[in-house]
This record gives sequence, C-alpha cells and structure tokens, in this order.
Amino acid sequence: MSRYKMHLLVCGGTGCHSSESNLVYEMLRDEVERKGLKGDVQVIRTGCFGFCEKGPILKILPDNTFYTQVKPVDAKEIIDEHIIKGRRVYRLLYTDPETEEHVPDSKHMGFYKKQLRIALRNCGSIDPENIDESIARDAYQALGKVLTGYTPRETIDLVKRSGLRGRGGAGFPTGLKWEIAARNDAAQKYVVCNADEGDPGAFMDRSILEGDPHSILEAMAICGYCIGATKGLIYIRAEYPLAIKRLKIAIAQAQEYGLLGDHIFGTGFSFDITLRYGAGAFVCGEETALIHSMEGKRGEPSNKPPFPAQSGYLGKPTNVNNVETLANIPAIILKGAEWFSSIGTERSKGTKVFALAGKINNVGLIEVPMGITLREIIYEIGGGIKNGKKFKAVQTGGPSGGCLTEKHLDTPIDYESLTAAGSMMGSGGMIVLDEDDCMVSVAKFYLGFIVEESCGKCAPCRIGNKRLHETLGRITEGKGMQEDIEKLRNLGSVVKDTSLCGLGQTSPNPVLSTLDNFMDEYMEHVHDKKCRSGQCRNLLYYVISEEDCIGCMACKRVCPTHAISGEKKEVHVINQDICIKCGACMEKCQFDAISLKNDYPREVAAISNY
Amino acid sequence: MDGIKTLADLKKKQEEVRYRMSLRDRAEDPDSLVQVKVAMATCGIASGAKEVMEFFIEELDKRKIDAVVTQTGCMGYCFAEPTVEITLPGREPMVFGYVDTRKADAIIERYIKEGELVDGIIPRNYNTI
Repeated sequence: MSRYKMHLLVCGGTGCHSSESNLVYEMLRDEVERKGLKGDVQVIRTGCFGFCEKGPILKILPDNTFYTQVKPVDAKEIIDEHIIKGRRVYRLLYTDPETEEHVPDSKHMGFYKKQLRIALRNCGSIDPENIDESIARDAYQALGKVLTGYTPRETIDLVKRSGLRGRGGAGFPTGLKWEIAARNDAAQKYVVCNADEGDPGAFMDRSILEGDPHSILEAMAICGYCIGATKGLIYIRAEYPLAIKRLKIAIAQAQEYGLLGDHIFGTGFSFDITLRYGAGAFVCGEETALIHSMEGKRGEPSNKPPFPAQSGYLGKPTNVNNVETLANIPAIILKGAEWFSSIGTERSKGTKVFALAGKINNVGLIEVPMGITLREIIYEIGGGIKNGKKFKAVQTGGPSGGCLTEKHLDTPIDYESLTAAGSMMGSGGMIVLDEDDCMVSVAKFYLGFIVEESCGKCAPCRIGNKRLHETLGRITEGKGMQEDIEKLRNLGSVVKDTSLCGLGQTSPNPVLSTLDNFMDEYMEHVHDKKCRSGQCRNLLYYVISEEDCIGCMACKRVCPTHAISGEKKEVHVINQDICIKCGACMEKCQFDAISLKNDYPREVAAISNY
Repeated sequence: MDGIKTLADLKKKQEEVRYRMSLRDRAEDPDSLVQVKVAMATCGIASGAKEVMEFFIEELDKRKIDAVVTQTGCMGYCFAEPTVEITLPGREPMVFGYVDTRKADAIIERYIKEGELVDGIIPRNYNTI
C-alpha cells in the first residue's frame, strides 16, 4: 500500500473558500501531479482552521508548517521549494505581531495555545467529504458503543452527569432535555438539529457542519436511540450551500456504509436523517418557530407549554439540539462524563466555541474551556486590538446579548457570569469594539436587525423594538432629549418582560446593557450633541482651522445657507446652527483648512452669532 | 464495500483507514517523537535518498516506532550522500552519511531503538545562526 509522505491540508471553510482557497487547492493538486509526486503527496480540502483572519490557510504535514494568505500563484513555489527542496517559503509563514518573527508551526502560535478543541476536534484536520478519514478519527465509535453496550437510560444518565448544556443560547441541560423527550410515549418521535445560525458575525455551527459533518449525524443517531426516535431532521438555512453540500455527501456515505438506515450495527435500532431548509429567518432559531417552519407553516413561535418534547414536529415529541451541543456528544460518550465535567467551571462544563470578530487582530473561530477570561481571549488568543487602539467593549451573544466592558475583562466566562453582567452566552458571537466605535450606534445596529427579524406575532416585540430603534435613531441624529433615555429604559424592560419568545425577551439587551455601561456616551449625544468616536455623521461638524485659513472667502461664497462669516484676510467661522453639513465649503477650500470634527469651539460659534 | 454491520466491522474499518491519519496525528507533537530528516536535494536523490526515505517510512511503521520522517534540503555533505539526520527526543541531532537501506536498517535497530552509535556519523562542526 502506498503511503503519502506529506499531507497538504487546504482550508475549505467558507471564509477561506471566498478568498480563493478552492483555486489554491486545485493549483496545488495540479502542480503535485505535474511534478510526478502524486503517490507521495496528498492534497486535502478540510474544514475551517479557525484562523480566518489570515486565510486561505495551508498546513503542511508532517513538519506542521502553517502558511497563511496563500494565493493560487504561490502553489508552484510551495511545491518547488517546500515539497521538493524542503525549504520553507518564509514570506508565507505567519508573523507574530508582537515579536515580528516568523512562526513556522501552529503549535507556537498564540492563537492556538490557549484553545481546547472538543467540538472542533476534527475541523481542519480531516477531509469532510471522506467518511474514511472521519472513521479513522473515531467517528461512529460512540454510536456503536452506545447501541451495543448501553441502555437509553444509561446513556441519558451519562450525558446528564457530563453537565453538558445547550450551546444555542439559553444553556438548558442537554441530558435533562433528552430525558423529558424520552419520557413521553409516542409511536413516532423526532430528533432535530438546529442549524439555523443567525447571529450577525457567528459562524461556529457552519464551521462544524462544513468541517466535521459526521460528528453531527452520529450524535443525532445517539439522541434518537436515547429518546426512541427513528427520524432525524437537520434544519439548516439555505444560505449555507457548502454546509448543505457536505451534509448531503456525509449522509449518503453513512447510508452506504450502513451507519445510518435500518438495523445499525446489527441491532434493532434504525435511524435516518433528512435535511430541511430554512429561508434564513432569525426567529426560526427559536425551537417552536423552527418546528412550525419545518411543517411548512409560518416561522412564528408559539407559547410554551406545550414544549416540543411533548408536542413538536407534526404534533409528535421532538428533541431540538443545537449543532455545537451535538458535536460534543460523541466525545463525551467515548471519553466519559467525568472527563467532560472536569473541564470548565462549577456550573458550566466543557468548552465553548466563539466567533471572534470586529476590531481584533486574529479574527476567527476559537474553542476555549469555560471559565477562561475575556482578557485571555482578546489579548492572548485574539492578539489584541487592531492597530494598537484602546479596547472599549465586547459584544457577546449577538442581538440578544449585551456589551461587556473593561471591568469585565477578568471575569471567568460561563453562562451565569455573562448573564450577571447583563449579556448572555448566546450562540457565541464575540464582536470586539474599540475606541472608534460609538456605543449608541452599536445598539441601534442590533435593534435594526431585530426590527427586520421580528416575526410580528406579538405586539411588544413588533412595536416596542421599532420604537426603541426610532428613539436610538433620533439620538444618533442629534435630536435626542433627556426623556428619550428614560423611554429607552422603560420600554426596554417592558419588551423584555412581555414578549412571547426568546427573541423578544432578549432583544432590548443591547440597549439596556449599553445604557448601563456607557451612559456618559448617551448623555453626550443627547446634551452636547457630540459623538466622541465620530461615527454619527449628524454629530460631526465642519470646522475651519484658525492656522490654515487665509480668509480667501471662497467657502463663504459657496455656502448655500450663508453659515460662514468672516471678512477678507480674516479667519472664517462656520455657524453650526445654520450649517446643513453639505460639505461644499470643504470641497472648495484650497488650503485644507476645513475638516470634519466631532466637536467645535462652542464659545467662538456663539459669539459669531451676533 | 460491504456495509458496516457490527462494531467489530467499524473497528476493522478504522484499522484499515487509520494509516491515512497517523501522519497528521503525529505531527501534532513532533518534539516527543523520533525525527528523521532525509536530505533530499539533487545530490541526495541522485545517490538514492528517495529509496532510503521510503525505507524509513515503511520500516518505522512496521516496527511500531513513532517517528516523523521529513525531507530536508542539502546539508552540504554531498560527498557522503544520502545523508540522514536523526533527532531522538531530548538529544542533539545526529547526522549519518552514506546511508543505504542496509545502513538505514542498522540505524533503526541500533541507534533509534538502543541509542548506540553506528558508523558513518558526520560530526557537526559548524554553528548556525
């Protein structure tokens, strides 16, 4: 049997895919063929490596070289230099931003040092379109172990003891969820995988489905065995074409091997999985709305109880689990509940995948043990704030979450501590904000998202969020008043208390948490009509520099509202009360004396009125 | 292929396909393993380094020694090609010259397994930056 001497792993996640990793893969493969190395070098497309900031990623084994930002034209050089002559291509190695030295292998990169990968264990190291590679990495072993050696009761107990909690947002104990679904007698039950990932900036579920689809199929079958279901459904949004393609391939391969279908492992247990496509509505991540959408009805939530475990898909008991939750299951069964519960904090066990985004050096996907601090995530894994700016806040939990600030940097992260800080775990989006971000605008952005995504079934969410959004809009336009702040707070808590589903109950969080943590910024917007970060266009002012203005009158002549005063050869002044911010003066000025500032000398302007 | 009907079938299948991943698993922690570097520049290949490398990969696997076999460029000892550098965990790298498959066998048996030195060592007489 011929053995490959080298493996070239090209990232095939969506992030790298969109920066031409596909082409890199093809070029490498062609080059390998051209040089007659086909029997020696294997080129493989894998799932996401997580280091999306520097994609496309290419990892070369066995020497563990980690190349970043590989372009298709680099393929020839890599093969000629690295593969044939054994010399690393230095310009493509990752450069440590602190020491400015090339880091040859991923072991020494700060990005990977603090990570512990359970759910992402195979992402970036196997070919997701080849079931054999998954099997080599223990896929379906846990299913076999459970089917041949455990009763459903014992398996549920094991999951319960592990302390695994739902990774989709609310953190409900997974074992307990299974137990409730198992308790309800019915001729037909369903296992549903919730792959409707909708938070802006979150892509952990997509990466797992793209990088290790078999782990999800296996976990669904295990769940089916535990609760007594024979059918599994994956509800996935149609915007994830690559994940859908790989899931389809994985399901077909598992069926061909007899790992899905009738009489799995020669036992009486049968299980099959089909896909259901969502149209990408955020609310369909809520389990009742998701079930309605799968039934072909409107994607609207309904009152609980009845819970899906009692009456779910087609009125049958249904267990809904998030992708990341399921990805943990096979590892827990193979390694034991005690192993899993030894990781993490008192009440939050295991690891959590976060999607790091925003103003951070190492944008990407990370998996860390619960209880890690924000400081470790941002400064050690994330490599600090971009361009050496000052850290301001981190938005966790997407539109349902809130902002954590500097004072939370050393809080160990788990479900409880995030809730206590006014945010939530959510699905794990983590958007880092720096001093250039305006917190009022950030809150407005999330509210805008909610207004778009609210299904409209209940009034507090439909109307309340709209009003919140309008109020925030007024404040960013400089038309805010003191009572608007009170209104935001009151209305926010009403929406929170009276909405029907999880979406509405958490939607005012971005407003409330920014009000709590950044009241001074709201006050500046309202009273001083000033936005310190310069994000709110309406709160920017055209100001004439005293040093640069030569008093040529050019701007004065062009101003449509006659807001500029000043005599020839004297410094001109813009009256901010009349200025309509058309920018004509700045365009006209030949001396670059006019600029946009987030504040203006108020006394001067006041005097010039008279 | 036939379906996987029992857990034993799955284990068998895993054994069959495991070799595909062993290289990737080993690469995770190269410092704890025996590292074999075969100089595969033009001079090395011309004097048979390719066969030697193949021999190392297959034999180490057969003899159940966890090792990482990589290729490297010319070490400068063109007179003694094929040259092979062996690093045992926690030891200084050792370079062997004139390595053919017979010599490679001796290196595996005596140096890698027992830590004894064998003929053909090229002393390291330079410093690198």
